Amino acid sequence: MRRGARRLDGRAHLRLGDLLSEAGAALTARPARTLLTAMGTVLGVAALVATLGLARTAGTQIVTRFDELAATSVQVRPAGQGGFAGADTTVRSSIPWDAGDRLARLNGVRSAGTYTALGTKASRTVPLVDPTGRDVVQLPVVAVSGGTFDAVRARVRTGRFFDDGHNVRRDPVAVLGPAAAQRLNVTRVDQGPVVFVDERPLIIVGILDGVVRQPELLGAVIIPDGIARTRFGLRAPAEVQVDVAVGAAELIGSQAALALDPNQPERLRVAVPRSPRGVQEQVQADVNGLFVVLGAISLLIGAIGIANITLVSVLERVGEIGLRRAVGAARRHVAAQFLVESAAVGLLGGIIGASGGVLTVVAVSAARGWTPVLDPWLPLAAPLSGLAIGLLAGAYPAWKATAIEPITALRQGT
Amino acid sequence: MADVAPVVELVGVGRTFPGPPEVRALQDIDLVIPRGDYVSILGPSGSGKSTLLNLLGLLDRPTAGAFRLDGIDTSSLPEHRRAFLRGSRIGFVFQSFHLLNHRSIEENVELALLYSGVRPTQRRQRAAAALERVGLGHRLGFAPLTLSGGERQRVAIARAVVNRPSLLLADEPTGNLDDATTAQILDLFDELHAEGLTLAVTTHDADVARRAHRPVRIRDGRIEPIVAADPGIERP
Ligand SMILES: Nc1ncnc2c1ncn2[C@@H]1O[C@H](COP(=O)(O)OP(=O)(O)OP(=O)(O)O)[C@@H](O)[C@H]1O
Ligand SMILES: [Mg+2]
Repeated sequence: MRRGARRLDGRAHLRLGDLLSEAGAALTARPARTLLTAMGTVLGVAALVATLGLARTAGTQIVTRFDELAATSVQVRPAGQGGFAGADTTVRSSIPWDAGDRLARLNGVRSAGTYTALGTKASRTVPLVDPTGRDVVQLPVVAVSGGTFDAVRARVRTGRFFDDGHNVRRDPVAVLGPAAAQRLNVTRVDQGPVVFVDERPLIIVGILDGVVRQPELLGAVIIPDGIARTRFGLRAPAEVQVDVAVGAAELIGSQAALALDPNQPERLRVAVPRSPRGVQEQVQADVNGLFVVLGAISLLIGAIGIANITLVSVLERVGEIGLRRAVGAARRHVAAQFLVESAAVGLLGGIIGASGGVLTVVAVSAARGWTPVLDPWLPLAAPLSGLAIGLLAGAYPAWKATAIEPITALRQGT
Repeated sequence: MADVAPVVELVGVGRTFPGPPEVRALQDIDLVIPRGDYVSILGPSGSGKSTLLNLLGLLDRPTAGAFRLDGIDTSSLPEHRRAFLRGSRIGFVFQSFHLLNHRSIEENVELALLYSGVRPTQRRQRAAAALERVGLGHRLGFAPLTLSGGERQRVAIARAVVNRPSLLLADEPTGNLDDATTAQILDLFDELHAEGLTLAVTTHDADVARRAHRPVRIRDGRIEPIVAADPGIERP
């Protein structure tokens, strides 16, 4: 009944389900320790998920703004000149006065106009000069063409923008940026107020509300190219501001120079925004590089924590190891149990950490008014990385456990 | 039954612990335990009783001689094969019980079936039956720490017999128990023996040894010649 027919070549074996439930029983027997052991992995995985998620989220926000502002902005300047040509009228650029009209004819250009900063000029609105000079303010003066207001996406607060008619007639008119208007104490234009720039009058036809590009216009006195040529000796526009349709920047970049200077297009340089992809990747790379290293370090610390506690638990459970060997466990069953336990702790840490990381991304996004963006693989890969870390951390303690001889174990343990 | 191999056959077995210092715990042991036998291994402390029992239980390997278990020569077997034999043919009872305190008593008994691939439902039934057999049917679901010493040792005995072993090995099973509880455990051994189980029990207590079918006296690692009706055992 008891013996005889039994196989001699039998091998001890353990069902996977039993292996998992034995490991589960060992971990739930000391729940607080299990959670504390998982803590390092929780923090590491949470840091990594939050970092990658926030980088992705922030990158996407930057791209969204970039699309609206920069990706549709093209500037044309004389070649070999870094910044603005300014009022340096001795250097004559090859940009024609009708640059805005010429570019506006190109497919993909929404609006275009010339832009020349003329430097700071003494300006006042009070007709009588106060000897103390209190009413005279130094304001930057910018010469533009009629299309420039659209190209920088200016909004008018009161009055109107000047147009190409004023330009051609060389009318002495000006539009004030809101900050300039405040400094000059001008709030209304319906009575035709006058601003004296370099002691010569210009009629204020409008006040800006705001601009999307070229924010220096907010504090400037803006005048047409025509009167700038007459009064300030402007000989050619310093640059052209172009507002292009989304996706047209590259095309316009290749056509603008030829349209403005057909004979020698190489005399002009066209500044095209970098592609949004490139910017997004760069932002992500910047953020990731730093914090991924921190996350990886916390993960390493988490792994060491698991390895440490698992090793302690192997030593504590020497008696149990001996008992399991005595009831038929082979070395690999003992190894498998400790590996599964540490892997489960790693997985638990990975799951809690991934949840914490995702919550962090959502919370930060909510606080900043961002749309949280996560790579779909991240919430899956994070627990798996915890699992891998647990396995890795459990390898040494598991190997130690197999090296324990049953007689030594049973002698020591209780 | 004549062709059936004895459960235990030791020929010239020795066990030397390399040290230093080198300890010759067992020397020249020749011992045969036929099926259905009940031997007590009696000897003073340090004589090598536990060492012998560990060899019989395949927990340790002899450094000399041959050990056949159920006719299988065990010295040449690889470790995983020995583990399987331990799990399927041997039941252990220890002086200090060796129960897992975080697990219920059924789970402790089931542990002896875990590594031989018995299905969980069958494990539970057999564990409950074994606990019933040792008189703990009313304690199912209890944790070991809530039981008395005698009850804990009965759980250990249930664990040792649940896999229906060829050989039950008990190392000082009553060493931690009082006289009344010791008597209960020895009664249980008698019953198991009567049901056909082969037992080897170590003890340094002559009263415990007397309950066995056959005493084996061991001193300084050697078996003393068996003297029929040894007065030292039969009558103090
Ligand atoms: N792992 C070991 N390394 C070295 N010596 C050992 C080892 N195990 C046992 N011994 C020695 O072998 C001898 C026999 O030990 P064993 O445990 O078998 O004695 P015992 O008869 O069971 O004694 P007790 O009645 O006290 O349990 C002792 O001298 C002991 O010191
Ligand atoms: Mg002993």
